[in-house]
Amino acid sequence: MGIIKTKDLVFEYIRRDEDGNVEGITTAVDQVNLEVAQGEFIAILGHNGSGKSTLAKHINAILNPTEGTVWVDGMDTSKEENVWDIRQKAGMVFQNPDNQIIGQVVEEDVGFGPENMGIPTEEIWERVEESLRAVGMYAFRKHSPNKLSGGQKQRVSIAGVLAMHPQCIVLDEPTAMLDPRGRREVIRAVRGLNQVEGITVLLITHYMEEIIHADRVYVMDGGRIAMEGTPRDIFSQVERLKELRLDVPQVTLLAYELQQKGVRLPDGILTVKELADALQGYL
Amino acid sequence: MLRDITLGQYYQTESVIHRLDPRVKLAGTLLYIISLFLFRNFLGYVVAAVFLGIVIRLSRVPFRFMVKGMHAILFLLLFTVIFNLFLTPGVPLLTLWKLTITREGVEMAVTIAIRLTMLIIGSSIMTLTTTPNNLTDGMEKGMRPLKWIGVPVHEVAMMMSIALRFIPILLEETDKIMKAQIARGADFESGNLMKRAKAMVPLLVPLFISAFRRANDLAMAMESRCYRGGEGRTKMKPLVYKGRDRIGYLCIAIYLAVSIAVGRLPVF
Repeated sequence: MGIIKTKDLVFEYIRRDEDGNVEGITTAVDQVNLEVAQGEFIAILGHNGSGKSTLAKHINAILNPTEGTVWVDGMDTSKEENVWDIRQKAGMVFQNPDNQIIGQVVEEDVGFGPENMGIPTEEIWERVEESLRAVGMYAFRKHSPNKLSGGQKQRVSIAGVLAMHPQCIVLDEPTAMLDPRGRREVIRAVRGLNQVEGITVLLITHYMEEIIHADRVYVMDGGRIAMEGTPRDIFSQVERLKELRLDVPQVTLLAYELQQKGVRLPDGILTVKELADALQGYL
Repeated sequence: MLRDITLGQYYQTESVIHRLDPRVKLAGTLLYIISLFLFRNFLGYVVAAVFLGIVIRLSRVPFRFMVKGMHAILFLLLFTVIFNLFLTPGVPLLTLWKLTITREGVEMAVTIAIRLTMLIIGSSIMTLTTTPNNLTDGMEKGMRPLKWIGVPVHEVAMMMSIALRFIPILLEETDKIMKAQIARGADFESGNLMKRAKAMVPLLVPLFISAFRRANDLAMAMESRCYRGGEGRTKMKPLVYKGRDRIGYLCIAIYLAVSIAVGRLPVF
């Protein structure tokens, strides 16, 4: 079994009126089956309200499934006694960097997770150092998080999770509140973790550019998995992506439009360089 | 104006004061504040000011940072000074219409002003040189005996450190909301006190909503990083007294002895 596995996962939000009567039920996640192997880089894509964040919160045992089961490293997330082990194995990074940094100094924040786990003092320091180095924030270890840029804050958050020595990191739209530069910084750090440290990454996003390097992509819509495949498979279905209200990267869109006009190009072009090479070959 | 409050803000630099054990700083601040209320003459305040001056120099925090924090309580300061000035009975010095300034009133007002100023500066040194985590660690450890009578020491310390961490964030947010509303014609500056207080309501509502949302997010982030209360937690920076902390305590003791001895001399 992979590091993360869900079977027929359903999650329902129950809306109640003031007297506590059930007003309506929203199914945020609907019959989701997915399996992630150790060391994979998975992207989950979807527009607002597609259920991708709800799915992410299940992997960290913040939410419990209404129906179905989620396993993290073979442990059932709905069992109370597994919760803390699961949270250590599958760390989570949230969208707003300001709302997840607890310490007033970078290194203290990174040490927060290991402290909670009861790690001996000396080892905490080792972990903090290696985690900050892994995301390239070691030089800022004595700084106040308030004085950092968004991208830097988010990298500190990632280091905070990394210090818990997880096998898997779930990033819930980590770049949604960042500028393009901060976004590149964060994505580069995440890729580094995946390739150098071999950590399984689950990146949840609605930016198409960020999924180019993923091993596999799931596209969610209305709580269900609408598409699944490699980035190239996904990007070659431009019409379907438009239907799902997702923005196709400009290069891919341009290549698609050219194809429509009769220019013979390969399907699912992902980068400017690829398109340039393809066009050169064509000319 | 809102960004000027430095109370509760950490100033990053290397100094002896920064490295002192937070328990020393806490005890020192507390004793220093108490000492300010024990003086009977102005000499005591001179000793306290000299002590404060030395600590400020040692802390390497620019003095203007501490003065900045004073702006916030300027109103309170003026208020108490004026009340003391006019409402203390005693030997009249000057009469303006129905208000009389007395010799005692002047003395009292000056004393209060000095006390408050030194109190604020003194306590801001503590917060400027101690990271909130460190500070709450100090409180947690220093107040551990209270746990026996049922005080949730760890929880209180954690709440305080979170509150301190969010002060600058919420200040920034208030600033943003204010600007957004000024841009749409809101007026926070003119009108009488009532009118201004009313103008604050549309500011506070979004601020509270956002604070609750942040609290919710933070709680989730803390839980996802395995936080489950004080039980079984280890410390990244455990508090252990070192040589300099003993010297710190000694300095505080010497200061107390000297200042109180001098401050209670029956001079003037």
